[in-house]
Amino acid sequence: MGQAESLLAGGLAEIREGLDRGDATSSEIVEASLARIEKTAALAVVVSTRAESARAEAEAASKRIAAGQALSPLDGIPVLLKDNIVHAGEPATCSSRILENFISPYDSTVAERLQAAGAILVGRANMDEFAMGSSTENSIHGPAHNPWKLDHTCGGSSGGSAGAVAAGLVPIALGSDTGGSIRQPASFCGVAGLKPTYGRVSRWGLVAFASSLDQIGPLGRRVSDCAAALQVIGGHDPRDSTSVPELLPSLGGALTGNVEGLTIGLPEEYFVEEGVDPAVLARVRDAIAELEAAGAKTVPVSLPNSPHTIATYYVIATAEASSNLARFDGVRYGRRADKVKDLEDLYMRSRSEGFGAEVKRRILLGTYVLSAGYYDAYYGQAQRVRTLIRRDFERAFETCDVIATPTMPETAFALGAKADDPLSMYLSDIYTVSANLAGLPALSMPCGLADGMPVGLQLIGKSLDEATILRVGDALERRTDHHAARPPEIA
Amino acid sequence: MSVLPDRYEMVIGLEVHTHLKTASKLFSPAPVQYGKDPNHSVHPIDLAMPGVLPVLNERVVELSIRLGLAIHATVNRYSVFARKNYFYPDLPKGYQISQFEEPIVSEGWLDIDVEVADDGQSVSAGTGKGKKKKKGAVPTLERKRIGITRAHIEEDAGKSIHDISIAGSDDSCIDLNRAGVPLLEIVSEPDMRSAQEATAYLRALRSILRYLGVSDADMEKGQFRCDANVSIRLRDAPEFGTRTEIKNLNSFTNVEDAIEAEALRQLELIEDGEDIVQATMAYDPERHRTSVMRLKENSDDYRYFPDPDLIPLRIDPAHIAAVREALPELPEEKRNRFETEYALSAYDADVLTATRALAEFFEATAKGCGAPKVAANWITRDVLREIKERECELEDLSLTPEMLGKLIALVEEGRLTARSASQLFPYLVSDGGDPEALMVERGLEAVSDVGAIDGFVDEVISANADVVQQVRDGDDKPLNFLMGQVMKASQGKAEPGQVRKALAEKIRG
Amino acid sequence: MPGIAPKDVAHAAKLARLALSDKEQAAMAKDLEGILGHVESLNAVDTEGVPPTLHGFELSTPLRPDTPVEPMDPALAVLNGPASQGTAFLVPKVLEEEE
Repeated sequence: MGQAESLLAGGLAEIREGLDRGDATSSEIVEASLARIEKTAALAVVVSTRAESARAEAEAASKRIAAGQALSPLDGIPVLLKDNIVHAGEPATCSSRILENFISPYDSTVAERLQAAGAILVGRANMDEFAMGSSTENSIHGPAHNPWKLDHTCGGSSGGSAGAVAAGLVPIALGSDTGGSIRQPASFCGVAGLKPTYGRVSRWGLVAFASSLDQIGPLGRRVSDCAAALQVIGGHDPRDSTSVPELLPSLGGALTGNVEGLTIGLPEEYFVEEGVDPAVLARVRDAIAELEAAGAKTVPVSLPNSPHTIATYYVIATAEASSNLARFDGVRYGRRADKVKDLEDLYMRSRSEGFGAEVKRRILLGTYVLSAGYYDAYYGQAQRVRTLIRRDFERAFETCDVIATPTMPETAFALGAKADDPLSMYLSDIYTVSANLAGLPALSMPCGLADGMPVGLQLIGKSLDEATILRVGDALERRTDHHAARPPEIA
Repeated sequence: MSVLPDRYEMVIGLEVHTHLKTASKLFSPAPVQYGKDPNHSVHPIDLAMPGVLPVLNERVVELSIRLGLAIHATVNRYSVFARKNYFYPDLPKGYQISQFEEPIVSEGWLDIDVEVADDGQSVSAGTGKGKKKKKGAVPTLERKRIGITRAHIEEDAGKSIHDISIAGSDDSCIDLNRAGVPLLEIVSEPDMRSAQEATAYLRALRSILRYLGVSDADMEKGQFRCDANVSIRLRDAPEFGTRTEIKNLNSFTNVEDAIEAEALRQLELIEDGEDIVQATMAYDPERHRTSVMRLKENSDDYRYFPDPDLIPLRIDPAHIAAVREALPELPEEKRNRFETEYALSAYDADVLTATRALAEFFEATAKGCGAPKVAANWITRDVLREIKERECELEDLSLTPEMLGKLIALVEEGRLTARSASQLFPYLVSDGGDPEALMVERGLEAVSDVGAIDGFVDEVISANADVVQQVRDGDDKPLNFLMGQVMKASQGKAEPGQVRKALAEKIRG
Repeated sequence: MPGIAPKDVAHAAKLARLALSDKEQAAMAKDLEGILGHVESLNAVDTEGVPPTLHGFELSTPLRPDTPVEPMDPALAVLNGPASQGTAFLVPKVLEEEE
């Protein structure tokens, strides 16, 4: 393995050091990334690359770095975008037939900021169609395969992003998280994934699924990688009315490794044995014990409305999605059905042919819960219960600094295992959706293996307090080596 | 005269959609432009590209507050943007961002003045100017208050154009230039009882919008669109009848005619014992008939919900106060002031305040000549006639308030007769100039020389002996005729006061 | 409101412009019924006096100055259009014409 390849296999810190020391150039790193993407095509985690442009940008980055003028810690680093984050002049399929030939005429804010920081956007990652799913099986590009076990899912909907980082194709990938879509695949693939506070990262250019829940976030080998990426992409954007005005603190500076005196809340509703893989629970408890050994305290907390989070989430998310996806009508872009007879035919067939079953299911549910006569019972009630869920967290955070839970009740499942049972797929989001409903930042990081498959620890923080969950995660990482584990099936 | 028999009355409510006068769109920074080629004035937001987001234009808030204050309404400190979901090719997102349960403005009113005939019924206002009136008759105006339920902010849709000349007459072209332009939808209470009241309301509303700079309200550019809700009932009925909605009315004449046509259509159905079905109607101006465009029985379920991409609008009381401070004088305030300050009739005050420009022209003229009533006459009669005949605007005339003021002053001073002034007037309108200089140039100075006047009077007396005898016998009426003869003989230059005096003396001694 | 009948699915499908075969309609009804069954649990939650969460934060209304930008290149605007005529999008005839 050449220098560039071995740096790439390391992670962001290794690559950055290597670039700054001159051990390799950005062009070499990007070339290695592109080569590895091609070599692992069977994983189907990457759906498209922009090799020519990436090479040109890498050359410019190489020159800058050689002249000691790196634009940022991400300068010259190859990065993947989830296929629902637009990039001017590039495709954005959202893994959907209805956008299979779509080229975006404008840039997302995160793509702009990454490029301004010198990052090299090498390609686009596989996902569940329109971010609806937990397995990256609902995709026109075929299912993504988990590098740890090829006949298992990467999770979803940011399965491609997580799998790509796990397979060492790029050190950082961006995903999006509406009900756990960054954290769940991060957990299944053994990488770190961060969903920021709602409004922390601009949604300008993120193809909307559920507007009040969506957030773009980074995935990386290490917690510190996520911190570095958030530093670049985060912060107020006047193009997004839901963007918070507060400035991002220096996240790198927050990674002190110190958790002395920190209080970790453990929600009793999340640590029940029923319905959870005992090996998963054991790994999570080990990680928490490790943090206690490092000086943190744990306290029990209660989030009494936890049983209602899934229902609340699915009502709100599908309602918003049913409206957000109305623009896909075959009129101005995207796929239009052949030989349409009239306007109704244009709409009906373009949409029916263009959307997959899961998307249709959610559009129908969302339409139903918003419809006349049902609005208050479903959508209205869900928004009120959402307030109760938020208040649960506010109360819990009166006695702790961060909340720790398993990310998932299980490890990655086999491809096709949940195909016929959408409800069971929805129910496995049980630990992740609450952070979206409450708008809180949440990090998933690897905390060991169960039956050879990665387990994820979730840390939920107070609003706008990414710094603390990153600090705790980073502290745990320094004391363990879970992040160093590599999938055995990938060379 | 009402179109309905006396035992019935019509009930009218109006919905007006007006384009707010902003440089950029409501939620997108694309410029607001008219008459451009398709999709030459759009932004990815207007095309509903995947991933775009709306951001509210601050000027829209400003203008909406202005309008709310001018119609004496409550400007709500908290209002919410909601999505109205439906599919239509000119609606790119598949939903319109509007306001539903919590609009920015609620519960206002404005007063209208409607002409009433002797029988108390409203008179057709028609297009206003040039209507036949009894010479010198001043119409009676009745003031009525029309309630305004609410006004809310929403975005306009694009346009679909069916052009047969395009290959494939089975297609329509979609142009999104207009998509996203800011609208204020102003909904009246069903307080109007005649088509004339309806047009009076529309005129008053349009006047306010223009006075405030809230909208140019040009109907031809689609900046002021009106839908009329019409029902009829027996006068003593406790409930309203079933109403229909007439859409796409693009002129005040059409509004008036369509309302009356629809009222008659409903009358016929009711007299035949049939029910009125709720429907959306179209009006055909060629045949003066309304027809059903679509039935409303299963109205679209719009599934309104608060737009999660937008934060509710919170308005500071200090902001509202600041806007109130900066409001210009409103048409009705000006109208009232003209009546008291210049002792004008309600009718004249109404005409002169139709536009801010005309009102300002009048005041400048009145100030210049010191004779406001005379100025009012000149403007309502002569200036407006010139504008109508030349089919232009006030600002296109070369006549300025200074010129008109001077002209009137010359007449007041007795240096120019009214008749001569009328002769000069058209020249001032087309070319401008100094009235005094023009008077001298054309030799139109009033003749007030006693000798000269005596000469004309003697001439006329000798030529009309029998008429003169009538006057001597005690009949005053022919004096006007004799006056006219003297004016004729003097080519209109004899100063009328002196002529009258001379005639009286010479005939009656 | 227990369950969801196929006619409810049909109505929702119409509103959402989705064409479902009878088989799909039945399958969707079954899926949705299962999900809604779970959602029913929300009804039992006492939310008396609890306001809805419309947004994550109590932000003040973000406003944008009324400054227009250069319009988008019209050619780019219709670039992704499945059917266009010049710079306009083409669709089958729209029956209710313009005001």
